[in-house]
Amino acid sequence: MNHSLLMAIVILSPLVGFLINGARYKKHSGNVAGTIATLAVAISFICSILLVVDLVAMPAEARRIAVSFFEWMAMDKLKINAGFVVDQISAIMILIITGVGTLIHLFSIGYMHHDKGVAKYFAYLNLFIFNMLLLVLGDSLLVMFVGWEGVGLCSYLLIGFWFTDSEKAAAGMKAFITNRVGDAAFLLGMFVLFMTFGTLNFSELNALAPTVAEASWLGAVTLGTMFLFIGATGKSAQIPLYVWLPDAMAGPTPVSALIHAATMVTAGVYMIVRLNPLFIMAPNTMMVIAIIGAATAVLAATIGMTQWDIKKVLAYSTVSQLGYMFLACGVGAFGAAMFHLMTHAFFKALMFLGSGSVIHAMHEEQDIRKMGALKKYMPITHITFLLGWLAIIGVPPFAGFFSKDEILAYAFNSPLGSPWLWAAGALGATLTAFYMTRLMALTFWGKSRVPSDVHPHESPALMTIPLIVLAVLSVIGGWIGIPHVIGEHLGEIPNIWEHWLHPLIREVPNMHHMEASTEWTLMGVSVGLAVVSAIVAYQFYVKSPEAPKKFAASIKPVYNLVYNKYFVDEAYFGGIINPLVNGSKNLWYYVDVNLIDKCTFWIGDLMKGMGSLSRSLQTGNFQQYAMYIGIGVVVVLSFVIMR
Amino acid sequence: MNTSFINEIGLTHYLVLAAILFVIGMAGVLLRRNVIVLLMSIELMLNSVNLTFVAFSKYLGNLDGHIMVFFVMTIAAAEAAVGLALAVSIFKRFNEVNIRFFEHLKG
Repeated sequence: MNHSLLMAIVILSPLVGFLINGARYKKHSGNVAGTIATLAVAISFICSILLVVDLVAMPAEARRIAVSFFEWMAMDKLKINAGFVVDQISAIMILIITGVGTLIHLFSIGYMHHDKGVAKYFAYLNLFIFNMLLLVLGDSLLVMFVGWEGVGLCSYLLIGFWFTDSEKAAAGMKAFITNRVGDAAFLLGMFVLFMTFGTLNFSELNALAPTVAEASWLGAVTLGTMFLFIGATGKSAQIPLYVWLPDAMAGPTPVSALIHAATMVTAGVYMIVRLNPLFIMAPNTMMVIAIIGAATAVLAATIGMTQWDIKKVLAYSTVSQLGYMFLACGVGAFGAAMFHLMTHAFFKALMFLGSGSVIHAMHEEQDIRKMGALKKYMPITHITFLLGWLAIIGVPPFAGFFSKDEILAYAFNSPLGSPWLWAAGALGATLTAFYMTRLMALTFWGKSRVPSDVHPHESPALMTIPLIVLAVLSVIGGWIGIPHVIGEHLGEIPNIWEHWLHPLIREVPNMHHMEASTEWTLMGVSVGLAVVSAIVAYQFYVKSPEAPKKFAASIKPVYNLVYNKYFVDEAYFGGIINPLVNGSKNLWYYVDVNLIDKCTFWIGDLMKGMGSLSRSLQTGNFQQYAMYIGIGVVVVLSFVIMR
Repeated sequence: MNTSFINEIGLTHYLVLAAILFVIGMAGVLLRRNVIVLLMSIELMLNSVNLTFVAFSKYLGNLDGHIMVFFVMTIAAAEAAVGLALAVSIFKRFNEVNIRFFEHLKG
């Protein structure tokens, strides 16, 4: 089929779904709304596959399907087309978005069927997919920005979906405002790049990227990429703008799976990979990205160890895993970042949906202290969750192992990396293994702490089928990126992933080849640490459930600090939000009320005074009027006579 | 009868008399408070104007001024009817025909 037609269907099909469900937003039938929405995304998925199949058939160096529908704006130098492009990077993204999206839509039919606003829910979900496709398919920063803002809007709408609960509405607003801070930086980045290169088109920007690394902190490329990265920290929940993502768990669970784990939050990573030739020429930006990524990975993982809400644990895990992706970008491992993005989309979506299945079974209970031994009641959920768990803690040969270890190897070996970054990554992996095991143990294993009035049950097939599909992907998803050292031993299995992305990824300058022995060692250390950590956690939470409490009590100050998320929210309130609010109140009181209001009142009084002077002209006193006429006649007559 | 002084009376004399009458009438309108007196003062002013018309008419030798006088008298009659009706209703309301009560008529 014609490429532009396929492209149009991919993009517009979810939009049509949104319009249909949006028009019937008051309907309560989950099955109809869900079928429409799921079909819309499924059609988009099928067309994406057709596009990607055509793309694969093309010769490696010319793989690119670009379609320009119309000229969007043309002002002086700025010429922007509504242009979309499928290449190696966006092909992966559209398959993830529409593929995982279809599964999550399917899951939502089961999960949301008794909700009152189900048609509205599916409309928002479709609108999100549409915007996400704009974001990844757009061929310029500006088209991307439209999607970037659109997904932010949908995220806000869906986090605050149950808006009658003021806490959930507040979580939506927090996400929206935090993202706005990042978006402002994104805009600044676009301005800087446009000022410098005179274009916002990705391929032109990448072609114009300098060939010599820019050492200064205030160089145009450094500044522009730094601003773009700040924008990415907002959308992808990195330090310092990560605080909204854990709160975003107030939304329906499938939303957390789709938006806040698999797709939107990875937009920042995607953007950096898209512009990798530009980023790699700004070593200072790369350093900042790597450090922020590593710090986020560790910090979020420590918080994840103390949370009791099943979704909050997964949320902090997401923040942490996104940190990994940024660490990968920061050390120049753009392919590894995309790889982890994909595997993470599989297993984290799986785990979020699994937690949704658990929450569903537990009658909306999210506290893991009130769960335990669910293995018995929910075998399918348990098995799929187990596979997700193995994938995220990086046990070979599950998907997470390959992507995570590629990142760690790069962090160690790349000229932009350092052993410290590797150590932080390994620490993050260890912590991840601990808190994910803790989550498994408290939810599915050990003794049951389920309240007697709750009767957990397995979820319907509509919900378990997506779980099974995602579980399979979580197992085999990593096999397309098997590192060379392992591939050689297994009979020359090529690293398909690397070949696929190669034409669009600029190599890190001065990259030296890694010794096979080093690679094996690194791999062994990180896997070993993770396994030990998982065993310790298993001992802690299954064998002797009293031990964690004692341990927590023995390091109470530290535990409290971590449990309260390092008081970051409080610091933001104390350091930024409250001063802003108070400052605004003072502005209101001193400037608005006392200055502007007073001035306007003064002018008003002046006008009134002047009015009262001429008011005597309209007393209704007949004799006064007569006198004015008389005076007027005398004046006119005397003027006539005197002349 | 010696009527020579009539010939000595020119247009100026009529106009001066008319002006005096007009000013007296105007002073009445401006200064008196009683509506009845005011109406009378207005009549006086109108009559002074009539006198001017007739005087000019005679000295110009046409009848235009006379015709205007009839118009003025008609208007004066109508005006007196309206004015008196107002005076009566004001009197009924306030037991007095002072002009200041007319202030209540303003919008």
